[in-house]
Amino acid sequence: MTGATVLQAETVAIATSNDVVVVRQRVRALALQVGLSLVDQTKIVTAASELGRNTLEHGLGGQVEVSLVTNGPRRGIRLSFQDTGPGIADLELALRDGYTSAKGMGLGLSGSKRLMHEFAIDSTLGKGTTVTVTRWK
Amino acid sequence: MLRLLHSACSGQYLPDSGKEPMSTLLSALQQERVAMLKAWIANLQTAIQLNDLLSQRELDAQAADVLNALLSVDPETRLQDFGSVVWRPLKDVVSSISVSRATLGFTPSETALFILSLKPVLFEQIRKRWGAESDKLFAEISVVDTFVDKLGLVTTESFIKGREQVIVHQQEDMLELSTPVVTLWDGIVALPLIGTLDSARTQVVMETLLQAIVSTNSRIAIIDITGVATVDTLVAQHLLKTITAARLMGAECILSGIRPQIAQTIVHLGINLQEITTKAKLSDAFRVALEKTNRRVVRVDKAGTVVTAAKQEPAKDA
Ligand SMILES: Nc1ncnc2c1ncn2[C@@H]1O[C@H](COP(=O)(O)OP(=O)(O)OP(=O)(O)O)[C@@H](O)[C@H]1O
Ligand SMILES: [Mg+2]
Repeated sequence: MTGATVLQAETVAIATSNDVVVVRQRVRALALQVGLSLVDQTKIVTAASELGRNTLEHGLGGQVEVSLVTNGPRRGIRLSFQDTGPGIADLELALRDGYTSAKGMGLGLSGSKRLMHEFAIDSTLGKGTTVTVTRWK
Repeated sequence: MLRLLHSACSGQYLPDSGKEPMSTLLSALQQERVAMLKAWIANLQTAIQLNDLLSQRELDAQAADVLNALLSVDPETRLQDFGSVVWRPLKDVVSSISVSRATLGFTPSETALFILSLKPVLFEQIRKRWGAESDKLFAEISVVDTFVDKLGLVTTESFIKGREQVIVHQQEDMLELSTPVVTLWDGIVALPLIGTLDSARTQVVMETLLQAIVSTNSRIAIIDITGVATVDTLVAQHLLKTITAARLMGAECILSGIRPQIAQTIVHLGINLQEITTKAKLSDAFRVALEKTNRRVVRVDKAGTVVTAAKQEPAKDA
């Protein structure tokens, strides 16, 4: 996660399921701007959809910072989802394939990790959760 | 933008902008409500193109609403405190007008002009009162200038929100329109899905399919996701639930239109579609559906004699 420079950033609020649609649109637009392949675009948009919905449903709403980053010659997209919800008690459990505290498939968090190049999660019980992911071109 | 920043800064350097002066301006303006509304409406006539979506009467009413919200605050309120809760009602009025402008298809500049055209009206009032005292005149104008600029930014931000709502609604409308269940053959129905799938409407769409299976007494249902941009766990879960429900009703589902990028993403997410018949193309799914119902498409010559079964590809190395 170190050494990257932010070239451009915008914040999108996540308060309704329509906002998750907006998040996907913004991320797709940036992925196009960066010139990601169709497969990579789809991967990053899907991860954004998963993490955005987690922010909404488990984190009780929040925001995402969508940024264009560079590291030397590489360009990439970084997404930082932040909420002030209940936090995650057991990160290892939350990241386990198939674990869900709701009625999901329990694949959003672990799947997003596989879809992105970098993945960091920071969560404090009662304070909230921040998930930051990056995909390089 | 530069100018805006500059005036925002200069406000802080003004002598005694802290206490007394603004209260005199606001209370002075409050006396002139009617004259100001008239002047503003006159300005608006040149700034904003009326059409059948926005009548003169509505525009006048909106101007009156904004002016009332501006002038009905406590006269002690300072225009410099733009972030104060006191200005909440004014911002709300401006914001809802801007959202409605976006919905009506106005441009962002037209929307901002509505508020910005208030400036000359306010300046004129200041000139009338303090025209002879240039320091005071400049100080008041600066404050008003900054205030109206900030209000202009509120219009732009709300306008963008409004546009986003429009886009989301259009997508929802599209989804609603684009989910007809079509009968492809006796006993074979298809549901081509287009658009965003994770809205509340997905549930409705899936129920429509289940009902169509019953009403057409179909054995096979093809769900085609060629037009679905994103397949995430929520979409997958909806699809899997529908397919399971259809199975309970004695119908088999075939999932088609899985594009390469979607297939790769699904695999990374860890979604298991192995229990389900999937095909890349709708035409492939249709062929499987025909086979499963003991039918076959064949090519015939002019005399009606079977030439080849359409199913068989000509051998590559022949
Ligand atoms: N932002 C968050 N705040 C609090 N808890 C979270 C957050 N994100 C994830 N979790 C917890 O981690 C679990 C796993 O998340 P994951 O996204 O993998 O599955 P899910 O959301 O339950 O289902 P789905 O597969 O539909 O995404 C969640 O059920 C929830 O308990
Ligand atoms: Mg999830």
